[in-house]
Amino acid sequence: MPYNKPHPAETIIISRRFHLPNSASIDTFLAHDGYKAARKALDMSQDDIINEVKKSNLRGRGGAGFPTGMKWGFVPRQSPKPKYIVVNADESEPGTCKDRLLMEFDPHRLIEGCLIAAKAVGAHQGWVYIRGEYRYLIDIMDKAIAEAYKANWLGKNVQGTGFDFDLSTHTGAGAYECGEESALLESLEGKRGQPRIRPPFPAVSGAFQCPTILNNVETFCAVPDIILNGGDWYASLGVPRAGGTRLLCISGHVQSPGVFEVPIGFPMMRAINEMAGGLRPGRKLKAVIPGGSSCPVLKADECDLPMDYDSLAKAGSMLGSGGMVIMDDSTDMVKAALRIIKFYQHESCGWCIPCREGTLWLKKILTRLDDGIGVRSDIDLVGELAENMLGRTFCPLGDAAALPTISIVKKFRAEFEARLAQVQVPAGVSESLVRIHV
Amino acid sequence: MTFSPELEARLAKMLESYPKGRERAALIPMLMYTQDEVGHISKELAEEVAKRCGVTTLQVEEVVGFYTMLRTKKMGKTHLQICTNISCLLVGGDELWQHASKKLGIGHNQVTADGSISLEEVECIGACSWAPAIQTNYDFHHYVTLDQLDKLIDDLRRIQ
Repeated sequence: MPYNKPHPAETIIISRRFHLPNSASIDTFLAHDGYKAARKALDMSQDDIINEVKKSNLRGRGGAGFPTGMKWGFVPRQSPKPKYIVVNADESEPGTCKDRLLMEFDPHRLIEGCLIAAKAVGAHQGWVYIRGEYRYLIDIMDKAIAEAYKANWLGKNVQGTGFDFDLSTHTGAGAYECGEESALLESLEGKRGQPRIRPPFPAVSGAFQCPTILNNVETFCAVPDIILNGGDWYASLGVPRAGGTRLLCISGHVQSPGVFEVPIGFPMMRAINEMAGGLRPGRKLKAVIPGGSSCPVLKADECDLPMDYDSLAKAGSMLGSGGMVIMDDSTDMVKAALRIIKFYQHESCGWCIPCREGTLWLKKILTRLDDGIGVRSDIDLVGELAENMLGRTFCPLGDAAALPTISIVKKFRAEFEARLAQVQVPAGVSESLVRIHV
Repeated sequence: MTFSPELEARLAKMLESYPKGRERAALIPMLMYTQDEVGHISKELAEEVAKRCGVTTLQVEEVVGFYTMLRTKKMGKTHLQICTNISCLLVGGDELWQHASKKLGIGHNQVTADGSISLEEVECIGACSWAPAIQTNYDFHHYVTLDQLDKLIDDLRRIQ
């Protein structure tokens, strides 16, 4: 893995062990505060752990940004059913490549986060659901889990505290939809990855219909430092309603793409210009996808803002999964829109009709627009169709496909019109007649 | 049907990784790891996995049909996967795809006549900050240039 050196402007917390020699081994981990937080948590009450996470203002790092402490608090304590921990390591939102680093360079941090979560809700078993393409990471996690068992940080009677916790990896098999929590649970149970209707939410009825804590890799990885240094400390790193740091994955038209750790609320333009080395010489910024391809794109003049949940929402987009895709003035936005919708069409699980049919028709219409053989009304049709998908599906994939499409068509309409102008329609002749025969 | 001792040990452990009576949970991992050894999910393999996980062959086929990485067709010795999703597209992913397809004379999910290489245009493989990226089987290659891809294909053709 070609991992970039940390940039001086980074706030290194979750990534602080990445650069240590042999960082994935338990010896390195233990020599650098590893399992100290878990040791502390094993002596804490369930309420105290959850309260600390609530105080930290940690919000889910997978994309939705739900407050983690609140989620953990939803697990019914008195339920006679077993409780489970599930890690969402199905990282597949285009633009996102951070969980790879966490698992490759600090796998024990993830195990420690799971152990703390298990203690917080009384779970004794968990799984790390890793996307199938990340086989080398499954091997790394398997090795780390074996080390943790050997050192009694997993298994029966962890560190003599009487607490049992088993953890194993579980491979996915190539389906973006399984990054959605309820589809992931279906997949974990050995079924097609189609979403479940909610409520009930996984905290009440998750894996095998039992209460389940399901969080992203980075979310679990943030927990040890919260327990070690306190929720207030973590909260103070971020902004009022969102604490801590997060990993930004910067890709696209920048000189030094990479993954950088920044506090929530870090200025977007500083991330692009300082950390990622700015744009290529002679190029100007055109658009930014702020947090994975399901987020509405921002035009260059909308990018001067702090990267926190509220600021991004105010700008009409989302903080998402931390996958920032930078596009300069050489970018063909019609092609970009088409490529994004092709992805969602391919990944639609087919369960909900607005998503299954909507993504297919959007792909067809955008294909003909890209080929210059669409008709003028197609531009409006794309927007209208996408608007009609919003909020009409079991899971957010329908919205994930519609939102970027709507934003690109709205903000870069001129490019779509220019594409149509490439094919001339003689006066007095029906536009559709000419274009479909080109 | 039996597998190598290493795989048998893995499968036995896999079945114990889930709550009692929930052996079906091992279905997808079992398909992935056995497919790696057998090459593709044949009818015989589907029946074997169904038996071990306590489901019907139909339920296995239903799952196989859903997941991109589960294949009922024999692929090449090396499965070359080229990402053309947005981050890779912006820095030459599509050019890599076009070049590989033209050089090999095959398209998406097709295999060369000698069986050495199969080609797939894949969706995001999580290498966005190191784009353009490709995978050969499970191995990642980052910041791939046209020349590198060209040489890689020549090398892969020699391994048969």
